[in-house]
Amino acid sequence: MDKFTKLTGIAAPMPLVNIDTDMIIPKQFLKTIKRSGLGVNLFDEMRYNTDGSEIADFVLNQPAYRDAQIIVAGDNFGCGSSREHAPWALLDFGIRCVISTSFADIFYNNCFKNGILPIVLPQEEVDKLMDDAERGANAVISVDLESQTITGPDGGTISFEIDPFRKHCLLNGLDDIGLTMEKVGSIDAFEETAAQARPWV
Amino acid sequence: MTGKTLYDKIWDAHVAHEAEDGTSLLYIDRHLVHEVTSPQAFEGLRMAGRSVRAPEKTIAVPDHNVPTTRGRDNPDQMPEDSRIQVAALDQNAKDFGIHYYPVSDIRQGIVHIVGPEQGWTLPGMTVVCGDSHTATHGAFGALAHGIGTSEVEHVLATQTLIQKKSKNMKVEITGKLAPGVTAKDITLSVIGKTGTAGGTGYVIEYCGEAIRDLSMEGRMTVCNMAIEGGARAGLIAPDEKTFEYVQGRPHAPKGAQWDAALAWWKTLYSDDDAHWDEVVTIRGEDIAPVVTWGTSPEDVLPITADVPAPDAFEGGKVGAAERSLDYMGLTPGTKLSDIEVDTVFIGSCTNGRIEDLRAAAEILKGKKIAVKRAMVVPGSGLVRLQAEEEGLADIFKEAGFEWRLAGCSMCLAMNPDQLQPGERCAATSNRNFEGRQGRGGRTHLMSPAMAAAAAVTGKLTDVRELM
Repeated sequence: MDKFTKLTGIAAPMPLVNIDTDMIIPKQFLKTIKRSGLGVNLFDEMRYNTDGSEIADFVLNQPAYRDAQIIVAGDNFGCGSSREHAPWALLDFGIRCVISTSFADIFYNNCFKNGILPIVLPQEEVDKLMDDAERGANAVISVDLESQTITGPDGGTISFEIDPFRKHCLLNGLDDIGLTMEKVGSIDAFEETAAQARPWV
Repeated sequence: MTGKTLYDKIWDAHVAHEAEDGTSLLYIDRHLVHEVTSPQAFEGLRMAGRSVRAPEKTIAVPDHNVPTTRGRDNPDQMPEDSRIQVAALDQNAKDFGIHYYPVSDIRQGIVHIVGPEQGWTLPGMTVVCGDSHTATHGAFGALAHGIGTSEVEHVLATQTLIQKKSKNMKVEITGKLAPGVTAKDITLSVIGKTGTAGGTGYVIEYCGEAIRDLSMEGRMTVCNMAIEGGARAGLIAPDEKTFEYVQGRPHAPKGAQWDAALAWWKTLYSDDDAHWDEVVTIRGEDIAPVVTWGTSPEDVLPITADVPAPDAFEGGKVGAAERSLDYMGLTPGTKLSDIEVDTVFIGSCTNGRIEDLRAAAEILKGKKIAVKRAMVVPGSGLVRLQAEEEGLADIFKEAGFEWRLAGCSMCLAMNPDQLQPGERCAATSNRNFEGRQGRGGRTHLMSPAMAAAAAVTGKLTDVRELM
């Protein structure tokens, strides 16, 4: 997993609430057995007509936002299925950070496993960043994970909260399985005790 | 010291390691696997030279992608990409030595129907699967939730998940349900009240007389959609109905182990003085048969209501409602019971069990469908067999329904069972998102009895008029 330290990039505004995982990556693209290559199909049904041509007014098709690295979104982003194809598609497109008032639980977890930083902010701060993001090519936002701050195009700074363990893993690009393997003694001990207490499992 | 909730008790029994900040390694008792969210996880194991830590606790079944038509064990029936994905699961199950039900096995079906049916799911367990509807297993008093593919790989390798504890929410449904009101109406009504993000950060325990009165099938329907309310998991405390359902199933404990298990299972309930971070109470008598009108499961109303206007909402939901109505092709003020449908889908992990098929068949008996297409997809091969033995299959077929083989089918439309643009479907599944059942397809969620009623009248219908 790539580290996430600082990111300065264009922020795309997506004010719609309840942007679900079927919108982010429709099911016909879940038949892959790889993690890569999904960026071209990110938001497929919102982004392309049935003949494959681009829908001009969809935000990521607009010239100012084609290289967006950040999405500022409406409430409850990523609701729906557990498909990790959603963060894989975002990452493959180049999105490394999503900002919203709330995220669906599984999507939120999945982001951290892929070096994407999901940031939860109060409504008025999301509204402010949404305004910033609507400035087109001038919608450049900087995110600094170490100091937990977001700096908008006008220089104003917003702080955000993040779980310290998740922050540590993102900053260092740590592999969860490797970390857990270091505690294998605890898992062995648990299994032994559980086998006595609940032998039917 | 305050008492514990059911969630607290199951959590405490599964913590293998806890760091100072509360980040825990939660031990996983059952890991269910399907073909769509697992290939990258197995590939990750291979690349790192890792094995599956507990293959005996890992159960795989293909369900999302498989055709539901006859002759499907011939791989040529499948599109190339689907065939490769199912073949990958075949191979991974074999290479890593995990339990497997291939499409040719009568026990194959939707993973959340197979788990309980085979007795893999037991009270007090932790159950995970790379599928959000894993919440279904909470009906047994098991802590069950969906995970992403990276977490699937983590569980395969370590039999644990890195977790922080969620908050506790109690959803109590008091009193009795009125005739024609089912588990599906309960779970949709709860989401209508709390919203799709209302449960975010919580594990929900459903309780109250109306929940106790439900069968195990009904309880699974309720817990299945906890995720649609944003909760990590839904739980119902196990009771005599649970124990009766579990006893004798192939992988349920037997003999002395059954007695030991039962003794522990009987301690699995929330203490009277347990702390709840949130409590929601709904009177069972106030719940009506409901349908969804929009493109989020929270867009739910009694069948007797009208299509709402966007200005009935607040904040970002105004724009979302406008978009939903446009997508759904609906005009505010239209009576929901005047909306015509051309397709009916009965099935899914929400409503693909025997009791669901019985409820639909009861309405369909002696009647013919008035829609272009109607389809029943049993949740497992064994549900299908039982429905045939009970004569339900004949009722469906005589009414004009297609009688299919088991799978997820048109719930997520990854296989050929899809809506065409503009088609409108009365569905017993769990999501009405844009494009969910096929690009441009329009989905109204409801109970199996309501879907059967829509099939015979050709429009959304109050099932109570046909009872």
